[in-house]
Amino acid sequence: MLVRRISNWPNFRSSYDELDRMRWEMDKLFEGLTRGFYKESGAGVFPLVNMTESKDSFIVQAETPGIKSDDIDISVTHDSISISGERKIPAEKEEAKYHRREREAGKFSRIVSLPGQVDTDKAEATCVDGILTVILPKAEVSKPKQITVK
Amino acid sequence: MTEAEIRALQAKEKAQAPVPAEGTRPGLVFSPAVDIFETEKELTLLADMPGVKADDLTIDLRDNVLTLDGEVKLPEVSDEEIVFQEYRTGKYSRQFNLTEMIDQSKIDAELKDGVLRLTLPKAEAAKPRKIKVKAS
Repeated sequence: MLVRRISNWPNFRSSYDELDRMRWEMDKLFEGLTRGFYKESGAGVFPLVNMTESKDSFIVQAETPGIKSDDIDISVTHDSISISGERKIPAEKEEAKYHRREREAGKFSRIVSLPGQVDTDKAEATCVDGILTVILPKAEVSKPKQITVK
Repeated sequence: MTEAEIRALQAKEKAQAPVPAEGTRPGLVFSPAVDIFETEKELTLLADMPGVKADDLTIDLRDNVLTLDGEVKLPEVSDEEIVFQEYRTGKYSRQFNLTEMIDQSKIDAELKDGVLRLTLPKAEAAKPRKIKVKAS
């Protein structure tokens, strides 16, 4: 029992709990494999987003090639960010005969929850080389505070 | 086109490129999505390469093989921690065999908002010539 308590294991009683325990162990194992490496949230909604966190802010990035800044709308609440807009692919000359057409146009709209509160007034967005970057400074309540041990 | 007719854009994971030889530096290589179309005078290629700067893009045409290589430079020092990651970053690379004769001296490339527009004018010999059929 002592070992279990130290290693932070839940206390399993009956044999029915044995299944639960195995599942929990598997979850732990996979969590360990994927932590900090490539966590796929699987939202599957355009645009795909990468989120990083620094001491002072959350940084949201998305690949938006060929989308002009004017065609992207961003709104921020204290705990979520909404990215919407339209990717336009201008029509080419009528005589153009296509060999390949892999790039797609269309509308998009997505909401991403933020892991902490942000200061909406100080949010900033840039779109450079087809990469959208939104910097969301953390609200005072979400910032880590140093506590001195007396 | 009315509002309702514009379809929703689907999220797509970037396809990894089949690389003939591995690079010495580790890293992912993606195959950029392209549009290619031709008119009588030229062949035009559009490629999505988000994150690539004009200086980091190389375009090479030799023996009728067109090679596009785009490097994405990541900031080296970063104190940021990953919260979650839905897309990955890496190089872009793709090759095409061109069947048309291209006038190499007039190739034009423009990179804007992460999209490359490459104009490959056809050589005089490759332009179609209209032939009149005479009635006998």
